[in-house]
Amino acid sequence: MTTLDDLRAELGGNERLAADLLRVTGEPGAVAGLFPAAGRRYGRDPLGDGWATDEAARALLLAAVPPEQVGDIYRHGDTAEKLAVLKALPLLPIGPSAVPLLEDALRTNDTRLVAAALGPYSDHLDQEAWRQAVLKCVFMGVPLKDVHRLAERADAPLGAMLRAFAAERHAAGRDMPPDALALLDQLKEA
Amino acid sequence: MRIFDPHIHMTSRTTDDYQRMAEAGVRAVVEPAFWLGQPRTNPGSFTDYFDSIIGWEPFRASQFGIRHHATIALNPKEANDPRCRPVLDLLPRYLAKDGVVAVGEIGYDSMTPAEDEVFSAQLALALDHDLPALVHTPHRDKARGTQRSLDVIKESGIDPGRVALDHLNEVTVDAARDAGVWVGFSIYPDTKMSPDRMVEILRKYGTERVLVNSAADWGKSDPLLTVRTAEAMLAAGFTAEDVDRVLWRNPVDFYSQSGRLDLSDVDGAEATFAGNSILRGGS
Repeated sequence: MTTLDDLRAELGGNERLAADLLRVTGEPGAVAGLFPAAGRRYGRDPLGDGWATDEAARALLLAAVPPEQVGDIYRHGDTAEKLAVLKALPLLPIGPSAVPLLEDALRTNDTRLVAAALGPYSDHLDQEAWRQAVLKCVFMGVPLKDVHRLAERADAPLGAMLRAFAAERHAAGRDMPPDALALLDQLKEA
Repeated sequence: MRIFDPHIHMTSRTTDDYQRMAEAGVRAVVEPAFWLGQPRTNPGSFTDYFDSIIGWEPFRASQFGIRHHATIALNPKEANDPRCRPVLDLLPRYLAKDGVVAVGEIGYDSMTPAEDEVFSAQLALALDHDLPALVHTPHRDKARGTQRSLDVIKESGIDPGRVALDHLNEVTVDAARDAGVWVGFSIYPDTKMSPDRMVEILRKYGTERVLVNSAADWGKSDPLLTVRTAEAMLAAGFTAEDVDRVLWRNPVDFYSQSGRLDLSDVDGAEATFAGNSILRGGS
């Protein structure tokens, strides 16, 4: 998995970012103006491993401020900023303290935020909330391949929820997404 | 025909509207922050609204292939309520966003001392954040309100080419043109301007620095009156090129001054303007 050090190495040549990171370390309040402007200040080029320059820069900005500021940055973020925070969570030394941010993202009706909430940091979601989140993905058409440790965490209660949902879809003459059917199959074998 | 509606309040509209707009050629919109009919009573009510017009609403628009940007401000009507004034301190965080392409709607409602202060303070914010300004002109006492707005704009030091003065009509257009600001016209079913009156204005003043919008909101309004105006222009002998200038390139030029207008995911926009650095320009 990508680490903060990998991202630092990737963006080592970005002088503007280096100067801003130094500034934020001494003056954490400055992050409020820099975090939203990341794409405009540092660029948006893809870096490989699924990261873009602005996302990686935002992860490093988050790592440079006191952890208790992460929630505030998420709260005031637009969608791209919130996605960047959710992506960075597993890299930050914050333990399970940011679970409320996942819960916020899972309350939205934006497929991008819901998908982002089910990345590696979702290991901190309790099983009940996690099942609801997976079912919400099926409901909204979010591909289940984006769900971290799906095969491992999927359990019998999730199977029951999916079967009930499939029955509703069947009654309405609507299809289940193929990835949800595949998951049901897997749970039947278990 | 491609249409850019530079002033429309989509949070008040349904998905049926988005569908009809997309089918009629509307590919980009700007949603200015304004009031909601029911006056708000605390700053938190504003931040949830601002979050919505930079978050949920662009997502909703994208479902119909329409690109959505916003302008952010404390509107003049609610600027008069001291409970809402702390919103001014919250604006810088929002003016830093990629999807925010101007400060607005600012200006006058009843021309009170509180409105004077908040208008000037927000023109200063536009300068600080290197953003254009969208200025609303009052519905009552419009001619005097327009002149006073132009005086405040001049005093602020902002380049008039970075200001759009909106909701103008036959009576107020001359003063605005003389001042060098962009002139905005809202086409409404009964009030403000109609497509035919708009065509007459374009005949008289030409197509430069003119913005035409539906300003559609929760009142009686119609998000397709931009399209009806384009059709009225063609019927009156304007060329397709003229229509494209007024209903696409002009709003693109005005809002690109923010350096943040991003039309890269809207078909056809990039090809025509390649080399004009409108896409995610600036720093």
